[in-house]
Amino acid sequence: MKKVIMGNHALSYGAMLARSQVIAAYPITPQTQVVELLSEMCADGTLDAKFIKVESEHSAMAACIGASAAGARAFTATSAQGLALMHEMLHWAAGERVPVVMGNVNRAMAPGWTIWADQNDSLSQRDTGWMQYYCASNQEVVDTVLQAFKVSEALSIPSMVILDAFALSHTYEVVDIPEAAKVDAYLPPFRPLYKLTPSDPRAFGGLTSPEHYMELRYKLQKDMEKAPALIEATGREFEKIFGRYLGLVDPYLCEDAEIILVTSGTAGYTARVAVDAMRAAGTKVGNLRIKVFRPFPFEAVRKYTAAAKKIAVVDRNISYGHHGIFSQELKSAVYGHADGKPVFGFIAGLGGRDITPASFKEVVDYAIAHEQPEAEIVWIGAKI
Amino acid sequence: MPKKRDAKKINFTSIAEVPTMPMSLGSMLWNKTGTWRNIRPEIKLEDCIQCGICWKFCPDMSILIENEWPVVDYDFCKGCGICAEECPAKCIVMVEERK
Amino acid sequence: MIEIRFHGRGGQGTVVASKILADALAQEDNYVQAYPEFGVERRGSPVVAFIRIDSKPIYDKSRIYAPDHVVVVDPTLVEAIDVTEGLKDGGWIIINSDKKPGEFAFPSKFKVATVNATEIAVRNKLGSLAAPIVNTAIVGVVTRILGLTKLDSLLKAVGDAISIKPENNKTAASEAYEQAGDYC
Ligand code: SF4
Ligand code: SF4
Repeated sequence: MKKVIMGNHALSYGAMLARSQVIAAYPITPQTQVVELLSEMCADGTLDAKFIKVESEHSAMAACIGASAAGARAFTATSAQGLALMHEMLHWAAGERVPVVMGNVNRAMAPGWTIWADQNDSLSQRDTGWMQYYCASNQEVVDTVLQAFKVSEALSIPSMVILDAFALSHTYEVVDIPEAAKVDAYLPPFRPLYKLTPSDPRAFGGLTSPEHYMELRYKLQKDMEKAPALIEATGREFEKIFGRYLGLVDPYLCEDAEIILVTSGTAGYTARVAVDAMRAAGTKVGNLRIKVFRPFPFEAVRKYTAAAKKIAVVDRNISYGHHGIFSQELKSAVYGHADGKPVFGFIAGLGGRDITPASFKEVVDYAIAHEQPEAEIVWIGAKI
Repeated sequence: MPKKRDAKKINFTSIAEVPTMPMSLGSMLWNKTGTWRNIRPEIKLEDCIQCGICWKFCPDMSILIENEWPVVDYDFCKGCGICAEECPAKCIVMVEERK
Repeated sequence: MIEIRFHGRGGQGTVVASKILADALAQEDNYVQAYPEFGVERRGSPVVAFIRIDSKPIYDKSRIYAPDHVVVVDPTLVEAIDVTEGLKDGGWIIINSDKKPGEFAFPSKFKVATVNATEIAVRNKLGSLAAPIVNTAIVGVVTRILGLTKLDSLLKAVGDAISIKPENNKTAASEAYEQAGDYC
């Protein structure tokens, strides 16, 4: 069924179709409508779930961890400062290996106080052990929530489904809402290997001495390494049922491109418009939109950038004292594989500044004009 | 006599034995917290009304119920005194740990 | 692709208007993208909403700077702000007003249409004269002048979106749609 819905409601529909059993969340702009709609769905019986009102994001994640450990499919959503407040619990969820799925609306970190998009909130949680999916359309948001639960539950690793503030969260788009019966076939009920239950009592997350801790972390990493193949397989399975493939990356005209733009989030779709215009003007440029950031799709990135002469990464984030975070990751992915081809790092769109087709034109023009980048960061659209 | 809990230290010899999540690794079985205690609870069973409140309140699950009577598991009791505080019959007394 | 900008005041349902239009367009297999101004709206303050319409998927997620047409939901805004900012030559300026198009001093490169949506709304008991709910009348006008969708699709979208006085809202949309016929 086609419906015009906002990105926030796309998250709600995803959580509803996944038959989430416990939802615990705290409202924060620009995420609020996600939980508003879910609480309405719980109240009117559209969704048979326990909706837990909590006093903070930290508690929201704590409640989801408990629910998931008890064998319930748990969902929450947050943004920016709320995600930062959850930080401790994010480590806890991944360490305890509970497959919670969370929506995060990418909003820049304060201060200065802001509600607009950039990726520093979620990228600051890079090393917590969560999988991260960056979406570019409301359709992708609904679909990815379903895939995220499937992959998370198979690997016992939590997932974050991420969408840009306003450019998706408050933007209405036509979404083909997956049919419930087909979703049930794709995503069967959550059956954890171990759970908190009085009939088979266990303690979770207890004292772990140096004799054991390292092996647990080794296992988390090994399971994370299984994720790329599983994301591709579950993406193909999804495609068979719903006709839409959900992959690690979304390549656009990369095969014969001399310059590859590397993008993520909604900017990754705007880049396609710029690529079309530049192609029409004779510039051989392609766009590789990174959909999954954790685990990082090393193989896919190497494959799609292999033939290009230059790589131009556009980051809507920054690691202060280093450079753009996708740019760092790109360099590490192609290190030893790129025959010294230059990786240009651009920073654009911080704090909700718009990233337009013209921004990408500027990026590509710079990459054409320079053999090597003049600095680790080239700023786009900044008044400097 | 209360049954002693099996307090064998668990050591994995291969990664295959390690569970996915930190879960009942047995760390608390070998970590005999009874040695942390400097005062110990002693139960005067003659005044006990068998209400089970001490069993319920002990944060370390160190009150065992044996044949319907409360028994302190001194391998693990940390001597916090909560049981003595909560006992409605005031039949648990905290005494100086013997050297 | 058609890009339209709506000007209104917070609380007037400007965003709802763009959403209803998007719903109507989606029924006819168009791709649409509708979004409010990315900010903190307050009741009474000038607000903006945007809509992109295309027969192909819409990949551009940047903001609209050069709309094809603008719609002014609140007539007092014509004085307060430049509603023609970035407007493409030949674009429509559709205004909710009791004045005639000629009474506005817009450059001749734009086409001007006026419909008294406030009067239509009040007559159909949608809000009060002080706070009329004009969004359904407005989408009726816009749909007709720009030839975007059939009236049936619009009325279905209005019925689906509005739970309070749906029939009055449908009547307002139809009346506005008819009146706007003068410009076609
Ligand atoms: S003193 Fe504390 S630890 Fe020991 S049995 Fe009483 S409540 Fe439990
Ligand atoms: S709380 Fe006191 S009275 Fe109750 S069972 Fe324990 S020792 Fe006995």
